[in-house]
Amino acid sequence: MDYLLTDEQKMIQELARKIADDKIRPVAAKYDATEEYPWEVVKVMAESDLFAIFVPEQYGGTGGGILDLCIATEELSRACGGIAVCYAASALGTFPIILFGSDEQKKKYLPDLAKGKKIAAFAVTEPEAGSDASAIKTTAVKKGDHYVLNGTKHFITNGGEAQTYTVVAMTNKTKGARGASAFIIEKGTPGFTFGKKEEKLGIRTAVTRELVFNDCKIPKENLIAKEGMGFIVTMRTFDMSRPGVAAQALGIAQGAFEAALKYSRERVQFGKPISSFQGIQWMLADMATSIEAARALIYAAARATDAGAKDIAKASAMAKLYASDVAMKVTVDAVQIFGGYGYMKDYPVEKYMRDAKITQIYEGTNQIQRNIIALQLIKELAK
Amino acid sequence: MNIIVCIKQVPETTEVRINPETNTLIREGVKSIINPFDLYALEEGVRLKEKFGGKVTVVTMGPPQAESSLREAVSLGADEGVLVSDRAFAGSDTWATSYTLSCAIRKIGQESGGFDVILCGKQASDGDTAQVGPGISTFLKIPQVTYVKKIEEIKEKSARVERMTEEGYDIIQVPLPVLFTVVKEINEPRLPSLKGMMRAKSAKLITWSGKDIQADPNGIGLNGSPTKVVKIFTPPPRTGGQMLRGETPDIVGKLVSELRSEVH
Repeated sequence: MDYLLTDEQKMIQELARKIADDKIRPVAAKYDATEEYPWEVVKVMAESDLFAIFVPEQYGGTGGGILDLCIATEELSRACGGIAVCYAASALGTFPIILFGSDEQKKKYLPDLAKGKKIAAFAVTEPEAGSDASAIKTTAVKKGDHYVLNGTKHFITNGGEAQTYTVVAMTNKTKGARGASAFIIEKGTPGFTFGKKEEKLGIRTAVTRELVFNDCKIPKENLIAKEGMGFIVTMRTFDMSRPGVAAQALGIAQGAFEAALKYSRERVQFGKPISSFQGIQWMLADMATSIEAARALIYAAARATDAGAKDIAKASAMAKLYASDVAMKVTVDAVQIFGGYGYMKDYPVEKYMRDAKITQIYEGTNQIQRNIIALQLIKELAK
Repeated sequence: MNIIVCIKQVPETTEVRINPETNTLIREGVKSIINPFDLYALEEGVRLKEKFGGKVTVVTMGPPQAESSLREAVSLGADEGVLVSDRAFAGSDTWATSYTLSCAIRKIGQESGGFDVILCGKQASDGDTAQVGPGISTFLKIPQVTYVKKIEEIKEKSARVERMTEEGYDIIQVPLPVLFTVVKEINEPRLPSLKGMMRAKSAKLITWSGKDIQADPNGIGLNGSPTKVVKIFTPPPRTGGQMLRGETPDIVGKLVSELRSEVH
C-alpha cells in the first residue's frame, strides 16, 4: 500500500532498510546470544544521522516527526527488535528534553544526542512502580542550588550504556503523582551508579539495568520544566513514543512474516511447497492483512501527532495495543509455519517471537492502553 | 587538498547479458549502480578530505542518467559532481574514455587551483579492463600507482602508499599530483547519511560536453577508439580431462603421443 510518504521519509526508509539488511541482520543472532550492547551498529546508525531525525533542526537534527521515527524503527525492527529498541529508547530518553526542556537544556544536550555521540535513556519504572507511576519512591530533595537524589530505578533500557538520562523522582511525596519531577542526569555524576543487569526472554541485546542513586547531587538547572511536572512529562513523552513501540512491533511482525512467506515457498512436504496448501495460505493472508492494518493505524496516529492534533493519547494507545497484539500473533504463526525448524535457533523466527512479547508489556501494558482508550471514549461522550 | 574521484555507473548484476548480434551489453531492465570498486576510491577520497581538508569532486562519463550515481556519491560524502556527457562520446573504448576523462579532470584542475590526488577503483565490474585509471594518468602525464591497499602518508609534495601484489605489497613513494587505483582492502565504505542524502537531492551537478572540456573531436567516441571488438562470447565450460593410469615409464610415452595428436 502507498502511504504517500514524503521524499525525506522515503530516504529514511531506504537508509534504515540498508542499515538493517547490511549491518544488523548479519549480527542479530550474535547479539541475541551474547546480550552485549550493539555499539558497532549504534555507531553506524549515528553516522547515518538516524538519531537526528526526531530532533529539531536548530539543535542539530533534521526536524522530522514521529512518523519519521516510526518508519526508521519499523525498518530496523524487521532485522532485529533488540537493536531497534536501543535506538528507540534513546529517542524516548530525548523526548522529555525536546518537549519540556529549556532552551539552555536543549542547546546543551540535544546536539550530541542528535549526532549519536551520546545516547539517552528514560527512567521512571521502579520495583514497586510499574503501571502505577505515582508509587515512585526515588526522591529528589532540593538543597540550595542543587537537588539530592536517592533511590533505585529498574528495568531501564540502555541503562549503563547511555550517557544522558531523564529520570523521574519525587520532589514532594505528599502530593502523589503531582509531587513527581523530571531531571537530566549525566553518566558519571557522583552518587549515580548502575546495579543489576537483567537477563531477558527477548530483545536481549538491548541492555536493561538498574540505576542506583545514592546521595546523587545534581545542579538545580537539571530540573526539566517545573517541580511537580514529572508525571505530565512522563505521560506526554509516552504519548510521543508509543507509536514508536507500535512501529517496533510492526517491524518484528513484518520480519517474521517475510521469513515465513519465503520459507513456505521453499519447504516441500507431500511433494509440494507448503505454500500450495490452503491452511498455510490462509495463515499468510491473515498475517499480511493484520500487519497492514497495524501499519495504517500507526501511520495515522503518528501523522496526527506530527500535525499537532490534540488528544493523541487514544490514537497512540490504539496503535501500540493493536500492533503489539498483531506482532505476538504473527510471530507465533510464523513459528508454526516453520514447524519444528521454527522452534530451533538455527532459524530466525523463534527470536522474532521472543522479541515480540515485550511490546505488549512495556511503555504501558496493553491493559493500561485499554484504560487510556476507554477513559478517552467515556470523556468524549461526557462532553 | 583537491581530490578527484572517477566513478562509473554499471549494471547491478554479476551476470551481464550480451546482445550476440551487436556484441554490446543489454542494459534494459537492469538497475544501475556505482561500480563497487569505485566506492572504495570514493570512501578513501572522503577520508583524505576529513583528514586534510579540501574537497572531493566526483567525475563520471556516461549518459544523462549517470547523474544518479553522482548524487549517490554526494550522499556518501563527495562535495561536487561532474557529469561528462555527449552523444559524440558513444562507442568510446578505454583509450577514448581515458582521454575524455583526462580532459575533464584538467578542466576541474584549472577551475579549482589544481588537484593533488585522483582516485579510481581498480577496475569496473562490467568491462573488467582496469585500463582507464592508468590511461588517465598517462594522458595527464602524472604518475600512477595501481592496486593501492593503503595510503600510508601524504605530504605536501609526495605520498607513500602500499601497492598490493600477489606475494605481499610494495611500499611506493611517489610525487604529487598522482593517480591511484585502489583495491577493496583499502577501507570499508560507509553507508550514506540522511543529511548527505538530503544534500544530494538538491546538489547542483555540472554537466560538460566534449566542447566544454576542449576534447579533440578525433580523440573521442568511436573515432578516438582504436579497439575493434570482433566478437564477444562466453567461453565454453571446461570439459573433464583425461586420466592416464599406470606406471610412469609406461604412460610417459602415451602422454607424449596424446599431446602430439591434440596439437595436430
